[in-house]
Amino acid sequence: MSVRIMAAGRSALLLEVDSDAEVASLHQELVERQAAGLLGGVAEIVPAARTVLLDGLDRPELVADQFEGWSPGVGAVPEGPVVTVPTSYDGEDLAEVAELWGVSAAEAVRIHTGCEYRVAFCGFAPGFAYLTGLPEQYAVPRRSTPRTRVPAGSVGLAGGYTGVYPSASPGGWQLIGRTGLPVWDLARDPAALLLPGTRVRFAATA
Amino acid sequence: MRAVEVVRPGPLTTLQDAGRVGVAALGVPRAGALDPEAHRLANRLVGNAPEAAVLEATLGGVALRALEPLLAAVVGAPAPVRVDGRAAAWGAPVRVPAGAVLAVGAPTGGLRCYLAVAGGFTVPPVLGSRSTDLLAGLGPPRLAVGQLLPVGLPTGPPCWIDPLPLPAPPGELLLRLDLGPRADWFVPTAPRTLDRGRWTVSPASNRVGLRLLGPAFERLPDRGELPSEGMVLGAVQVPPDGQPVVFLADHPTTGGYPVLGVVPAADLTAAAQAAPGTPVRFTRSNR
Repeated sequence: MSVRIMAAGRSALLLEVDSDAEVASLHQELVERQAAGLLGGVAEIVPAARTVLLDGLDRPELVADQFEGWSPGVGAVPEGPVVTVPTSYDGEDLAEVAELWGVSAAEAVRIHTGCEYRVAFCGFAPGFAYLTGLPEQYAVPRRSTPRTRVPAGSVGLAGGYTGVYPSASPGGWQLIGRTGLPVWDLARDPAALLLPGTRVRFAATA
Repeated sequence: MRAVEVVRPGPLTTLQDAGRVGVAALGVPRAGALDPEAHRLANRLVGNAPEAAVLEATLGGVALRALEPLLAAVVGAPAPVRVDGRAAAWGAPVRVPAGAVLAVGAPTGGLRCYLAVAGGFTVPPVLGSRSTDLLAGLGPPRLAVGQLLPVGLPTGPPCWIDPLPLPAPPGELLLRLDLGPRADWFVPTAPRTLDRGRWTVSPASNRVGLRLLGPAFERLPDRGELPSEGMVLGAVQVPPDGQPVVFLADHPTTGGYPVLGVVPAADLTAAAQAAPGTPVRFTRSNR
């Protein structure tokens, strides 16, 4: 199906497609057209679950016209770099997640380390990446009561996503482990390690 | 190092400039002065570039000691300005001798005072901005007693004008609204609620959003949950309780509640100065 184009105020457009893979394709197309100067002025290109937001557009109508009837291709997205996240699978919710999956804790770790993930988008907090790649049957609900403080480096699950808390914050994800890998570091450019398009694997440490 | 010393930080004073641009895809909010007109004006009065960092003093109350002669200006919410206890001008450049204390009182209307010094506050920028973002934990921390704030060298001539007339506090906040992108997530009577409803500014409002109390916007029951999507400044997000939140500068970059419409940026200056209890109305704009 072709992309749905919605105005979000006077200088932004929200482009919507049907899947993560289509978002990746749309995002790639937008980044290429921006580099080619076809979008006019644009301040932000923000991918999300089913949408890409273009904010701070000089000429939203120019972009809307370009994408009228445009359809995403799937599978043509260039492969990003692979980042391995060393993880101690000792999270407070690991037993609960294993129970939801109907497997042992050890098997849950094998399932989680056995997938290849891709950063679909960042949000919630600086450098917080939403990783897709866990098969649909392993989706888990958020905790009914969010924790007031989740430590930096916590590896969690919510819905079909996996994420790593870049800094300590309140949070409602199910915590399965933690990593010492700094996913957010202001001394680095870019500060976020897990940028949209990055491929990610988790490796269990003792 | 040129610097001023914080004598009183006030209830909530932060450094703000034009905010962070181009990093929303990393999950970094824009931040920046909530009242951009006051930010620019404060800088113009003391001869700074328009984007120089200033103090945004919510509910005023800030006092600074000049460690050397200083030129400053206070605009935004009207408030008493004093230099070593003597009344000084609001809305015009003010000379502060070395050792003297520049104090801003509580606003007589509005919420947020903007204090610029010639040369600007030159704390180190983070991701291209000197703005404090309390939610995201970026930029300088909120002001604290005894803190030294670095000040740059003046870059241009001040604007010696008669003090500006004091703005009247808004009796009512009238916000234009461009419907969408998710207006179709609400019941068909939502536009009528929008046209006829009367809200007030909630005391829970902050730099993230202007929270409104009043008639609830009801969602269509069959829509389920909205997958997270990018959010813009001025977005009117409607959480499950139906009470709208108008996103201000510290808004999260993505959100999972539907956006009924977007308030044009020009109307957010008044929103930044609307105290809790201020009546609010929406008008659907015909662009």
